[in-house]
Amino acid sequence: MANGESTAGADAPAGGFVQLLTPDGERVDSATADGVTYSVDFTDDEYRELYRDLVTVRRLDAEATALQRQGELGIWASLLGQEAAQVGSGRAMRPQDMAFPTYREHGVLYTRGIDPIMPFGLFRGVDQGGWDANEHRFNGYTIVIGSQTLHATGYAMGVTMDGKTGTPDGEAVIAYFGDGATSQGEVNEAFVWAGVFHAPMVFFCQNNQYAISEPLERQTRIPLYRRAAGYGFPGVRIDGNDVLASFAVTRAALDNARNGQGPTLIEAYTYRMGAHTSSDDPTRYRIASEVESWKAKDPISRLRAFLTKQQLGDDSFFDEVDESAKTLALSLRERVLSMPDPQPISMFDNVYPHGSAELDLQRSQFADYHASFEGSDH
Amino acid sequence: MSRIKEFNLPDLGEGLTEGEILAWLVKVGDTIELNQPIVEVETAKAAVEIPAKWGGVVSRIYVEAGTTVEVGAPIVAIDTDPSAGPLPGDGPVPSAESLAAVEIAPAEGAVEPGLIGGPAPGGRTAVLVGYGPKSTTAKRRPRTSSASATAASAPTAPPGAAPVVPPVAPPPPAPVVPAPVVPAPAASPVPAARTSGPVLAKPPVRKLARDLGVDLATITGSGPLGSVTRDDVQQAAAAPASVAAPVVTTASFDTSREQRIPVKGVRKLTAENMVASAFTAPHVTEFLTVDVTRTMKTIEKLKERRDFRDVRISPLLLVAKAVLLAVERHPMVNSSWSAATNEIVVKDYVNLGIAAATERGLIVPNVKDAGRLSLRELAEALNTLVQVAKSGKTPPSDMAGGTLSITNVGVFGVDTGTPILPPGESAILAFGAIRPMPWVHKYKIKIRQVTTLGLSFDHRIIDGELGSKFLRDIGDFLTDPEGTLLAWA
Ligand SMILES: Cc1ncc(C[n+]2csc(CCOP(=O)(O)OP(=O)(O)O)c2C)c(N)n1
Ligand SMILES: [Mg+2]
Repeated sequence: MANGESTAGADAPAGGFVQLLTPDGERVDSATADGVTYSVDFTDDEYRELYRDLVTVRRLDAEATALQRQGELGIWASLLGQEAAQVGSGRAMRPQDMAFPTYREHGVLYTRGIDPIMPFGLFRGVDQGGWDANEHRFNGYTIVIGSQTLHATGYAMGVTMDGKTGTPDGEAVIAYFGDGATSQGEVNEAFVWAGVFHAPMVFFCQNNQYAISEPLERQTRIPLYRRAAGYGFPGVRIDGNDVLASFAVTRAALDNARNGQGPTLIEAYTYRMGAHTSSDDPTRYRIASEVESWKAKDPISRLRAFLTKQQLGDDSFFDEVDESAKTLALSLRERVLSMPDPQPISMFDNVYPHGSAELDLQRSQFADYHASFEGSDH
Repeated sequence: MSRIKEFNLPDLGEGLTEGEILAWLVKVGDTIELNQPIVEVETAKAAVEIPAKWGGVVSRIYVEAGTTVEVGAPIVAIDTDPSAGPLPGDGPVPSAESLAAVEIAPAEGAVEPGLIGGPAPGGRTAVLVGYGPKSTTAKRRPRTSSASATAASAPTAPPGAAPVVPPVAPPPPAPVVPAPVVPAPAASPVPAARTSGPVLAKPPVRKLARDLGVDLATITGSGPLGSVTRDDVQQAAAAPASVAAPVVTTASFDTSREQRIPVKGVRKLTAENMVASAFTAPHVTEFLTVDVTRTMKTIEKLKERRDFRDVRISPLLLVAKAVLLAVERHPMVNSSWSAATNEIVVKDYVNLGIAAATERGLIVPNVKDAGRLSLRELAEALNTLVQVAKSGKTPPSDMAGGTLSITNVGVFGVDTGTPILPPGESAILAFGAIRPMPWVHKYKIKIRQVTTLGLSFDHRIIDGELGSKFLRDIGDFLTDPEGTLLAWA
């Protein structure tokens, strides 16, 4: 498969992208890239559930942003604008698949059926963000840019060695990363390794046009998806604000991987509507008109327009979705506010799975030390 | 739980310590909803809106717009249950009794500075995603009185991590009488523990020692394993040198410690030129500090052009271009004083001299008829000139006939200078280091690339007005090369 042009709507960047739903909510029947045709075949309910996902993850994200401003989270990395890329690709995963996120994949986390409270311990600073990756099929949030692509590739090699690929119900791995991460050595090493060893994985790059303040021009001279050609596997660009394209292309790429056909790079062309994180002020490095032009491509309003035109959803449906998202957000708020502060002694908890004598000794010494302070409740 | 809740300014961005209230979006008495934006706050990182943490009625605003507030200070109080009727002594400003009912919840409302990340080297704080604010110090609870015994056995220094080297004795006091040039072994301040091995010190400490001229081997290290710390070096540098100082005073009479270098070659020529110039041409030097951010951007753009691909492009190129264009606008600056004929000779060619530091000394080769060259040709000519000069092979013809010169002292990291004219020339531009500096740009303080130009000229020929205009034009070009080029074309 060569890296070629794809069909695209009028709003596509040079070189095109796979788009199944235009910003106006027109359903483009099928889209082609490299001679492969992509489409989706959803039931009415499935369309509606995708809409609910998009609205819910945006609402939860807004609540988190507010909590940070209120001093309840140390920091928050908002997914605003990237809901479609995340929900589409997240829903494309099968239960046995494994995801390796960055720090921004709250939408993917949600579509995996994970309790959305899970990453808040990290952002509130009450735990280290450690969770059971195997249980959730969702690795830890990774802040060291690009490093998770190597972890994912290594994991995918393990999947192959365990003989879990080559069948339609094999396992596939998806690694998320940003446009900025493509300049990291690690990501390029992962590409080399995955390409050479045919790792069962999908590299899902959310090109949100910025790495903090550095624009895309600082990372590349060619469209990112075309880099895959140099590593010897297919690269496809999708309209990252189109949840249908995100689903269709990721589903196909994951199925290729699980069937033993090796990796794919997907570049989801999207935009970070908010700040890089709550510590950042994007007005210092980008102009308002750019942000405005992306508002017209909003992932949620296009699906809403589609549902309305197709008579799959009316105001009462949309209101109900908003209401239930709000209820979920407010209960998330309450649960975040009631997260207990960790006791210093808890740092010994997750060091070894079965403990160690030396650690036990250190723990008891540390407990004595803490008890030596006034007002200590030990 | 009290119905009135105070909201304290949170740390809005990973280790910030304060914020300025830009504007209140609500006033006392307003009914507000949860998450409704109530106030705009600007921190060192961003201007943000803070959403209300509780719904209710704004009962008090503590801080006016325009005030800078510390993180953790209360900024607003909200009555979270106004339907329960007035509080005792209710009103916009609560009375002392009602304030007693106010729940002050700093632990709940604010992220205490210092909790986000521990202090990191350089007075910065380690943070989660890519920033490094000022570090803050954490407060500790006092130890209980019975704790001292426990503290001794506390696991602060686990076995095995104890220093291998026993604490060393303090260095001997500085001798009162001049010490001998070579210290006697008995007086050696080097502790016994270290005489056998190399001196232990971290690389930044080694650099500090080098910068301060301190010999590490003479210091008694107070760090782990007897290593020399930053403080040790600083103390050693501050202390009167016990050994070196007396030596220096006696040595000033000792001609055997002086070196005599015959004056010849380039040095001789330079000296003669400088004396001739300095004592015949009355020099005036003017300075101009300019924002060269756009020049740096233009350089980047040029580098990306295919036709400039294989030629080195430096700020000097655009400075040279600026000088050449400014000469076209003020030809009189490119002239020389002919005492023999009592004339001023104005030249319509510019042989542009570039002062170059070579192993043999200072030389000022020039690019012949530089005004006729295209930018690319000029770039090539300058590169060749500098390379040949560095290799020491500059032919005499390259050094003759200069009409106007540039000295790029910025490469040595200094701001500018008051250069002396090469004999026969009437102007020379010193071009200082380009540094990021705070600068007023479009009425805001921004970090811009800034440099200082120094222009010396022969006051017999060039008046203050002409010299100023010439320097101003060079500055204008460097401030906006592309715009100026169009305007002057
Ligand atoms: C190895 C490493 N270098 C630098 C950083 C600081 N940093 C945090 S986010 C970021 C930008 C990442 O941009 P991108 O990959 O485009 O992802 P996005 O944040 O846009 O989703 C950087 C440089 C880091 N976390 N890790
Ligand atoms: Mg990015």
